[in-house]
This record gives sequence, C-alpha cells and structure tokens, in this order.
Amino acid sequence: TSSMKLILIFSALFGVSLCLETFVGHQVLRIKTRNEEEVKKLQLLESLEHLQLDFWINPSTSALPVDVRIPANSIQAVKAFLESYGIEYSILIEDLQIVLDKEKQDMAYNQQRERGSNVFNYGTYHPLDSIYAELDHLVSEYSSLVSKLQIGESYEKRPLYVLKFSTGGSNRPAIWIDAGIHSREWVTQASALWTAKKIASDYGKDPSITSLLNKMDIFLLAVLNPDGYVFTHTTNRMWRKTRSKNQGSLCVGVDPNRNWDAGFGGPGASNNPCSESYHGPRANSEVEVKSVVDFIKNHGNIQAFLTLHSYSQLLMYPYGYKCTGPADYAELDALGRAAASSIQSLYGTTFTVGSICTTIYQASGGSIDWSYDYGIKYSFAFELRDTGRYGFLLPANQIIPTAEETWLGLKKIMEHVRDNPY
Amino acid sequence: DIDGVGRKYHLELVLEDVLGKDSTVNCTAEVLYHLGNKNIAPDVQFTLEGELKNTEEADNIFYNRIKSLEKELVAENIPDSRGNVSPDMEPFHLLAWVASGYVIWQNSTENTKFQLAQIKRVKQVKRSDEYLEFDYTILLHEMVSQEIIPWQMTVLWHPQRGVQVTQDSRQPKHAPE
Repeated sequence: TSSMKLILIFSALFGVSLCLETFVGHQVLRIKTRNEEEVKKLQLLESLEHLQLDFWINPSTSALPVDVRIPANSIQAVKAFLESYGIEYSILIEDLQIVLDKEKQDMAYNQQRERGSNVFNYGTYHPLDSIYAELDHLVSEYSSLVSKLQIGESYEKRPLYVLKFSTGGSNRPAIWIDAGIHSREWVTQASALWTAKKIASDYGKDPSITSLLNKMDIFLLAVLNPDGYVFTHTTNRMWRKTRSKNQGSLCVGVDPNRNWDAGFGGPGASNNPCSESYHGPRANSEVEVKSVVDFIKNHGNIQAFLTLHSYSQLLMYPYGYKCTGPADYAELDALGRAAASSIQSLYGTTFTVGSICTTIYQASGGSIDWSYDYGIKYSFAFELRDTGRYGFLLPANQIIPTAEETWLGLKKIMEHVRDNPY
Repeated sequence: DIDGVGRKYHLELVLEDVLGKDSTVNCTAEVLYHLGNKNIAPDVQFTLEGELKNTEEADNIFYNRIKSLEKELVAENIPDSRGNVSPDMEPFHLLAWVASGYVIWQNSTENTKFQLAQIKRVKQVKRSDEYLEFDYTILLHEMVSQEIIPWQMTVLWHPQRGVQVTQDSRQPKHAPE
C-alpha cells in the first residue's frame, strides 16, 4: 500500500539522518615538502580516493605546508607512504573527534551562560516579579559594583528595593533616581531597569560614568509603587495611586506625588479619596513615600534627586506647590536645557524645560519640591515619552529608545553634580 | 481678554500627519473660551494653509471591509496594555481619535487638557443605510486632574461624508476600587 511505501521512505530517510559522520581516531597531519618531487608524491596520494583523504591545504608548491585529515583506518598506510619517501610530517591533531567534542562543550557552556545572563529582554514590559528577579541578577553579575538594599515595604507588604552603585568609600556623596511612583507610567520602571544595566555595564568602559562612580554613589529605585504596579497588571492598567485603604471611604489609594511634605494639602491636590490626585490624610502617610524620605534623611549626603514619570516629554525643576522660582532657578534652568539638548541629540525627541508650576500645573506635595526644600539642590522630574499618541500605553518597542535618550539627560545632570559639589 | 465675552487665543500651529511625519500643514486658529458658562464648548475658527493628504483609497478599502462583515465587529482594549495595536485594528484607533477630538472640544475649558487614553470597547452597529456606525467606550485622560474618564460615543462614518458623533455621554467610573 502507498502508506507502507511512505513509512519505508521515511524510515530510510530517518536512518540516513541518524548516520552522522564522526571523526573518532582521525588525525590531521602537517607535511613539509622540500622540493617538487615530494609535492608530486603528495599529489599522487591525493589521487588515491579509497584513502578518503581530506586535504585542508592541497599540495601545490613546496613553499607551503600540506595539511590533511586522515580517517582512522588510512593512517597506517599514509604514514608508511610518507616514511618510505623520507617526507617529513608532524601531527597537528591526534584525534579530531576529541577536539570537536571539546568545542561543542565550550559552545554549549557559553550558550548556557549567555542564556543565564542575557535572557532578560529590556525591550518589553515585565511584571513585578520579573523585575525583582532581574535586580538580583544585576547584583550577581556586577557584584563588585552593585548591591541591593531594602528601604522599606509597601502598603501591601511588598519590599521596596534600591540598587546601590558604589565603588567603595563610606557614605560618599550620592545621586538618587526613582521611577514608577505612578504605577501606570510603565515606561519609567522599564527605563529605570535599562538604566541600571547601563550604569553597571558602562562602568570601566565609559570615562564619564567611571569617573562619576569613582567619586559618588548612585541609588536607583526602579519601582517606588509596587502595589500599584501589580494592580496595573492584574486589574486596572490605568491605576496611578498607591493601594492604601482610606478611612471612611470606599475609594482606595493616595497619589504618592501629592503626599510629600512640601506645601502639603495646597492647590493642585485633592482632599477627595476618590480622586487621582488625592493627597492623603497627612504628609508622608504613604509608607512608600515615608521609606524614601527616611532613606534620604538617614543617608545625609544625597546631592541630586531625579524622578521619572510619563508622559509629556518634560524636564522640570521646582516648584510645583508655588509658582515662584527656586533660588537656584538660573542654574537649574540652564542645566535642564543642557540635559534636554542631550536627549534630543539621539532621536530628535524634544523635551520642554521649566518649573513644574509654569510647565504643567500647580501641584502641591510633590517629591522634587520636598527634596529641594530639604537641601538637595539638583532636583529634577522627567516626564518621558510620548506626548499623547499612546500616552501611558507606550509600545514596548519604544522602551529602549526612550531609556537611551533619557540616559543622556540623566548623565548630563549627573556629570554636572559630580563637577559641582556643594 | 474680551470684556463680557471671554478669552480669545490666537494660535499658529503645524499639523503633522501621524501616519507620515514628513507630511505637515500650517494652520492658524482662533479659540474663544466663553466667560462664565463652562457648559458651552469654546468657539473655534481655523484656516489650513495647504491640503490634507488624500486617503480615499484606504478609506474605501476599510469601508468595504467592514460593510462586508457578516457579524458585527467587536473589539476591546486598543491599544492593549503594552501599547500594541494590530494592523487591522488601526483604523478603529484612528477613527476614535477623530471622534474623541469632537468630544474633547465640546468638553474643554481653559483648565483642561484631554487625551484619548484607550478604546475600552468598540462595537459595530449594523445600519441599513450607507453609513458605518460604531458604539465606542473610550477612556479620556484629563491631564490637570489626572483623571481617567470613561466616555461613550456613537460614531457615524462614511468615506465621502466624513465623521459624525451623534451621541456621547460621560460614564460613571467603575465601582471605586
């Protein structure tokens, strides 16, 4: 029957494919010919097909050596031939299969290592657990530079992890970077993670980052609001606030960027728990905010406070709670413009620079207002891509370009901080 | 400021085609926000200096595709959580953009800044006439308050007759979660 024929054909093919060539016992010889006579003898050898010789370098001139692979059962014959004519040779490879096996092993090992270290795709959005796993991975891969600290717990008891980039010293002046304070702003957590990898891998290669880390530390909090972040994955992609319960209300959560002790409760924040900009019952009521505040205060030597948001493409300095300029307005504005210029240099993305109040709206209880009034002069808030076409739902293929351009802005600011201690 | 009337803005802008960034058209506009009554949409007058791209072919292809569907089309979450819009859903995304522009205009004041955040649901409503009808539930993001506002809109479209929003209403936020 035809199906029987098919089975026969398939099994024949199958059989052939299983009959893999092996090179057990094959040797590779290098033959040094001294004259044309000897070359001719080798060309004679070449013509003996039954020997199944595989010339890697064919006999042509006495100026060049001849390399030949010889199957196991031809070795005796070939060596006898060469010796009878006094032709010199040396053994390049004793057993080819052994060499091939080792090479295969090495390749598998490297692939495994590669799989182990590069499996994380920075160009896609990840759930919280994956992000946390990658933080650990960065620590183990760059252990001499990166360590992980837990600065507190979220409302729902998730750890708040900060990566510390340090080349040593004791309580060096440091730069603080955070992302994901508003959980729906997914490109910020994703960019922060990319940035962590960038800092770690550029140390020792990029002169700027290397000199910076030789003097200063960097602290990076990739997910300031993990409860909210999880909620955007499980339930509501547009969730912004924390997930704390509000007494006397069915509505959940506080806007963590209205909860800082800077003009708290003033204009631009709501006292309605159901509002997206609800400031909370009192400043620092949110454990996520309090944890950062405590960390910064206890550290005592933070020189810059940089926070990532999306979207709108803005680079802002204080104040938000009032519309008057900060004392360092001129310097911050100039630095902001320089950073925006660096950002634009990569993909043409334009960022608008200004104080929060004059650029977007008056908003009280914001993080960079608090950090600035606390004494951290270089306080900036970034609003990353885009300007509304996708808004919070920024396609994943824009994560890396966003992170890359933002990095140039962050670097510009960090370099200035490094060169202008205060 | 215009005494007793409201506040007028004179704008010079450049329109850029979302689907072809090198295609731009200059535009001048005047926007008048009325004093007092916030329930009246701002007056808008505008002049385009040049022509918008002709999309007749793509419009007709889309029109015929939908007209020939046996079952009414239903789709959700455009873009999805990760910003993906499948190519066959893109026209619905663009149509929602245009229609939401009308809704946004009708509900704007000097203290609002709306963006279309997402299409939660779009359902085709079969019609016996030549128009295509879609029932959209969209999410508008209001920048100043940071609120996400669900909005329902009924959208009519025909390649030659353009877009109409025949009905729209603000929806209550889901159960406070």
